[in-house]
Amino acid sequence: MASFKGAILVDTERCKGCGVCVVNCPCGVIGLAKEVNGKGYNYAYMEEPDKCIGCASCGVVCPDGVISVYKVKL
Amino acid sequence: MSEITVKDIIKPENLVYQKSKLLTEKPFHYCPGCGHGTIHRLIAEVIEELGIDEDTIGVAPVGCAVMAYDYFDVDFQEAAHGRAPALATGIKRVWPNKIVFTYQGDGDLAAIGTCETIHTCNRGENITMIFVNNGIYGMTGGQMAPTTLEGMKTATTPYGRKATLPQGAGFEGMPNNGYPLRITELVAQLPGTKYVTRQAVYSPAMVRKAKQAIKKAFENQLHGKSGVNFVEIVSNCNSNWKMSPVDANKWLVENMLPFYPLGDIKVDGELVKK
Repeated sequence: MASFKGAILVDTERCKGCGVCVVNCPCGVIGLAKEVNGKGYNYAYMEEPDKCIGCASCGVVCPDGVISVYKVKL
Repeated sequence: MSEITVKDIIKPENLVYQKSKLLTEKPFHYCPGCGHGTIHRLIAEVIEELGIDEDTIGVAPVGCAVMAYDYFDVDFQEAAHGRAPALATGIKRVWPNKIVFTYQGDGDLAAIGTCETIHTCNRGENITMIFVNNGIYGMTGGQMAPTTLEGMKTATTPYGRKATLPQGAGFEGMPNNGYPLRITELVAQLPGTKYVTRQAVYSPAMVRKAKQAIKKAFENQLHGKSGVNFVEIVSNCNSNWKMSPVDANKWLVENMLPFYPLGDIKVDGELVKK
């Protein structure tokens, strides 16, 4: 079976830390950072990068369009 | 197999999803987790996919989405409160070959603009209307809207919306707030509407479905099928519902969706759901 590995790139300065991507990630990859960005929001980041499959669910639900999703076939 | 790192994956050739190029670089002013941003993204993606960005004219409402013209890289016109369908009618009649859409909230479309909405739908103007329903007036501070659910607490109904006048002592003289308005079902009854549907954007699956619906609404207009294409999107307003974005989405599923059921109501001028 072909397997995929993905990664996300978050525009941390535009992220508002709403957490919608965190609950909608099927693999539990995303978490909210302890640090804050310039606006004071705890931005989203890849907590467990190894689990990401590049399904783009986070990018699709992100209200601010800050997540870009990348995927490679192994 | 050698280990592949995140750095190896993040390369332009591996990109599968990013924000549409039709959205400007300006960050949305919406609250964290607000459905407006998601819906803006979907509209931009649809316009980009159909390749109609040079021929599209949007009409922005009054409400939270009043600044919509700042975020889309397409032509936009700002309407007076509730008058977006009337303005869209004028634009479409002057430029019949342009793709015209309105973007309105529930306070704009279902309250002050009810007259324009109903008459535009009844005239069967060939436009697309995107209706964002979050059951509250968001921008002005969370007052009751016509679409507010029964029992829902807002700034102007602090004890919850009461549809009928309560009986008994202590309630004399208290106002009757009326019933929640399902304007989407209402306009579906009019012969001038072509495609009427209700969607939501709280989960990835729903976002993808909503995108298909918006795409169909634009394609109908593009192919010259006469009639209003009306897409309601049930959205959240976590700031005025006084919840976290994640809780607001849960609340939406549990409370909004039973009253505002999702799905197509009218397809190609035929009622599919009563």
